Amino acid sequence: MRAVVTVVGKDKTGIIARISQFLSEKGANILDISQTIMEEYFAMIMLVDLTEAKEPLSELSEDCSKLGEKIGMSIHIQHEEIFNVMHDV
Amino acid sequence: MFSTQDVLETVNMIDREHLDIRTVTMGISLLPCVRESAQKTADAVYDEVMKKAGNLVSVAEALSREYGIPIVNKRVSVTPVSLVTAAFPKASGLIAKALDKAAKDLGIDFLGGYTALVHKGMTSYERDFINTIPEVLSSTERLCSSVNVGSSKSGINMDAVALMGNIIKKCAEATKERCGFGCAKLVVFCNAVEDNPFMAGAFHGVGEASPVINVGVSGPGVVLHAIEAAPESNLTELSETIKRTAFKITRAGQLVAKEAASRLGAEFGIVDLSLAPTPARGDSVAEILEMMGLERVGTHGTTACLAMLNDAVKKGGVMASSKVGGLSGAFIPVSEDAGMIDSVKEGTLALDKLEAMTAVCSVGIDMVAVPGDTPEDTIAAIIADEAAIGMVNNKTTAVRVIPAPGKNVGDEVNFGGLLGKAPVMPVHPESSSAFIRRGGLIPAPIHSNKN
Repeated sequence: MRAVVTVVGKDKTGIIARISQFLSEKGANILDISQTIMEEYFAMIMLVDLTEAKEPLSELSEDCSKLGEKIGMSIHIQHEEIFNVMHDV
Repeated sequence: MFSTQDVLETVNMIDREHLDIRTVTMGISLLPCVRESAQKTADAVYDEVMKKAGNLVSVAEALSREYGIPIVNKRVSVTPVSLVTAAFPKASGLIAKALDKAAKDLGIDFLGGYTALVHKGMTSYERDFINTIPEVLSSTERLCSSVNVGSSKSGINMDAVALMGNIIKKCAEATKERCGFGCAKLVVFCNAVEDNPFMAGAFHGVGEASPVINVGVSGPGVVLHAIEAAPESNLTELSETIKRTAFKITRAGQLVAKEAASRLGAEFGIVDLSLAPTPARGDSVAEILEMMGLERVGTHGTTACLAMLNDAVKKGGVMASSKVGGLSGAFIPVSEDAGMIDSVKEGTLALDKLEAMTAVCSVGIDMVAVPGDTPEDTIAAIIADEAAIGMVNNKTTAVRVIPAPGKNVGDEVNFGGLLGKAPVMPVHPESSSAFIRRGGLIPAPIHSNKN
């Protein structure tokens, strides 16, 4: 199963490092990364493979929110299907 | 494959524009629960609901986390209880208590289906059943009730309409210490639908599978932002913008509905494409209409704006889902919509204009507080007007009014939570009694003869 991680917030150093480390600890394999800066805001999107993940997506989702609170960013992990259905006819 | 912009748009819709799945509702047939006594039937009803919906809340919460989209309400609808208690209608309260307890034990806020369908005629057991509604709604917390009094095919049962005027007054009186809260759980329909996932009017029709999952999507906030981003668009272009937005919202709903059905061992029923407001700012249908160019909702042009909005939402939604049903249209419950409340308080939005609006959207005069001393025949006449609009236009209409005991125009009734607060609206003081007291059936319109 694949999921999309989004990270949005004020730009600062070490964001990618922090998130990558978190995902690696959880057994999520990063397949694709893109990032942009919109005004002073940082927006990063990662496509991850959860085949080897150590916990189910619903728990990862809670952990992402907690990590987001800790580092002052908005972090979500969502099943990729939600984006496929909403944006593909 | 989606683009970065697509992903950010979805995340933004959820984070800032109140996009949510408004309700995941499981429909359950109670017909297998009929036993030789009311108590045994009540026990069987409790067991059946707990068995079928036991995992509803946990599955919905897991889905919500996995897809990152809030699922606001988890609810259950059941077979119209009047059918289950036909042999012992006066003991229907026992079934009501069993359903209320099941709702509490499941951890859901509302369960719908304390319902009677009397659109053409009323049996003695249905009359007895309807007479239990005030006591039931005052002694239960989570059970919702509805009565269908008319249809395009059968006409309007005016005896049932008159009775419901009386029942609504009794409900208000029975819950007067809570400003007539019982009436907020009671809907009078014309053309009631069997697969509606929204409360208070949800029940599980006899033509349905069981268990079945029906999902109500929402997203007035998302539509509002889409319109805000298009200030220069003409109405044709705006309609296109709304359609695209409704498409996206509905697709999310369909995804959740299918997955929830599969995990709960239920059939996927329908997606209801309604724009359901909440009392939160920015989650209002009234604000959408104002963003379209009205200074205040309720002024001239409101009906036209709403007609276009409603149609565009349906067109986008129908394209997005393989099974569309329920009420599918914009809701205009006064107490649950911050913009509507403001407009009523300022004196712009009146009951007559609300009635006109219900001709072009779902569902009807919804969550409207009227003075506590409003005569029962006036309430019946409000129901008759709405039912006539529904009957002639082949659409669902409904009335959920609260004659708030001891309250008058200028007062406000606060129900709290999703039900919000309602400013008391004036009704016409002239009597409709002689009309209501005639009784009988208003025959179905000529265009209902299609066979």
